[in-house]
Amino acid sequence: MELEKFELGATPLKESAIKDGSVLTLHKKPNLRYAWDNGVAIGRYLTELKEGRIIARKCNKCRRIMIPPRMFCELCWRPTDEWVYVRDTGTVNTFSICYVNWDASRIKEGEKPHIPAVIEIDGASPGMGILHVLGEVEPDKVKIGMKVRAVWKKPEEREGSITDILYFKPARG
Amino acid sequence: MAYQRVAIVGAGITKFVRRAQETGKELAAQASKMALESCGMTMKDIECVSLGTAPDAFDGVHMKGEYLSDGSGGWRKPYMRQFVGGGTGVFAPVHGWYHVASGMFDTCLVVCSEKMSSCHPHPQGAFKTIFDHTTEQPLNPTLIWIFALEMNRFMSTYGITKEEIALVSVKNKKNAMDHPAAQLPMEITVEDVMNSETLAWPVNRLDISPASDGAAAIVLASEHVAKRITDKPVWIDGVGWNLDSAYWATRDLYYPRYVEKAARMAYKMAGITEPQREIEIAEPYDPFDYKELHHMEGLLLADRGKAVEMLLDGKTQRDGDRPMCPSGGALGVGNPIAATGLMKIIEIFLQLRGEAGKRQVPGNPKCGLAQAWGDLMQVGTVVVMRI
Repeated sequence: MELEKFELGATPLKESAIKDGSVLTLHKKPNLRYAWDNGVAIGRYLTELKEGRIIARKCNKCRRIMIPPRMFCELCWRPTDEWVYVRDTGTVNTFSICYVNWDASRIKEGEKPHIPAVIEIDGASPGMGILHVLGEVEPDKVKIGMKVRAVWKKPEEREGSITDILYFKPARG
Repeated sequence: MAYQRVAIVGAGITKFVRRAQETGKELAAQASKMALESCGMTMKDIECVSLGTAPDAFDGVHMKGEYLSDGSGGWRKPYMRQFVGGGTGVFAPVHGWYHVASGMFDTCLVVCSEKMSSCHPHPQGAFKTIFDHTTEQPLNPTLIWIFALEMNRFMSTYGITKEEIALVSVKNKKNAMDHPAAQLPMEITVEDVMNSETLAWPVNRLDISPASDGAAAIVLASEHVAKRITDKPVWIDGVGWNLDSAYWATRDLYYPRYVEKAARMAYKMAGITEPQREIEIAEPYDPFDYKELHHMEGLLLADRGKAVEMLLDGKTQRDGDRPMCPSGGALGVGNPIAATGLMKIIEIFLQLRGEAGKRQVPGNPKCGLAQAWGDLMQVGTVVVMRI
């Protein structure tokens, strides 16, 4: 069989067919609400964030200090053993300079691009990173290997969320 | 091992388009009908159906497998749906393979259907919810972040430039000019890729595959049935799949270990000890241009950090030593998530039979591979095929 010898279906429609109403479209917003249980590990992680601290969890078998903390070591497949405070500084493992929002819309003209990064947290095992964003830095100055430090919300504004860290900024010295 | 040998005996595909008038069910039915007709079978000959389709959120229909069952001929038959994100299109045939290999069935229709355009204004919006709800979603991530972060890590680890990676997009979009189902075939230059809109550096618009609607289907048969149906069965000799943990920021992004694990499983089953020599043609998953290189390394088809040299030397061109994505890949043919992987399987099926028309690679390859990848950068799915 050669594909060329068949009539391949699928009829393309233009974007304008939706805009000019020649195709029926329905828009709906599902009213789904979630109340997530954060569990033991992430619950403690968030509680500590509210206090301005980052906490990790250690597995005494593989000796990894893991962040985000987890009650089970996925490598050893056994319960983890200890809580360990780690620092609020780290190293940029990789980063991007992003001009689109989560829904693929573009950032506003003049708005600074988002700079998401994987940050390896000091005190956790090497390679242990978390997703966060960078701030107080020009996009062209960001480098892999750059040392960064957390910028926290004011204590009274923290709510036990990953956003209690506003962003990470370049660390000096 | 005590498996029934399984062959692909027929294939069908729809055009891949940005927005299809047809529903997901109708697309599934079109591809399935063509697959059956291509090998002279009817739905009565089909004993079970394996359906692949990716996030329910694209269609706004929860439990989309059940919703699509009639279009894919799955009603009143043993029917299962697979879903591992972008890995689905190769996982669904793996699933079909073990339905037949186990000896439980002699025929299986594998259908992959995807309609991304239903999700408005852009299916990217649905992807936010694949991130962890507590530790990542509050940062308003877009799916492009993880690709951009991975691409940057891959580039910086090996000192690869954006211009070099752009050559993958140039190659695949050009290959797609010969694919009758292609959505985004075009002749472009590295400069065109570099000058296209920066979405999330280092990812530009022309580094990315499009959002697509489309469907693909294949017919699987056990050895004794396959030999009755066709004199050119293409055997599925190895399958592999593997999932990494969801702690994606905790592993180093320059190398996909889960793809290697999946490949090793498939190679072992197929008796392949030297993949770089034995796999003559491949369709690695290329939703982004760097992913073709990244996956070639995970599949052990290139040494670590060396896939880019094969690209620069022209080895991965259709007329090169080791053609990669001769179909045009996700970058050129399009990326209706689940259907893309099955499109890749169909391309290897046609290439091994010498029926790929203008896309035919020279040298009568006898052994090929298709791979897909998905979830939160977690899953690798691999199929090794031989004529």
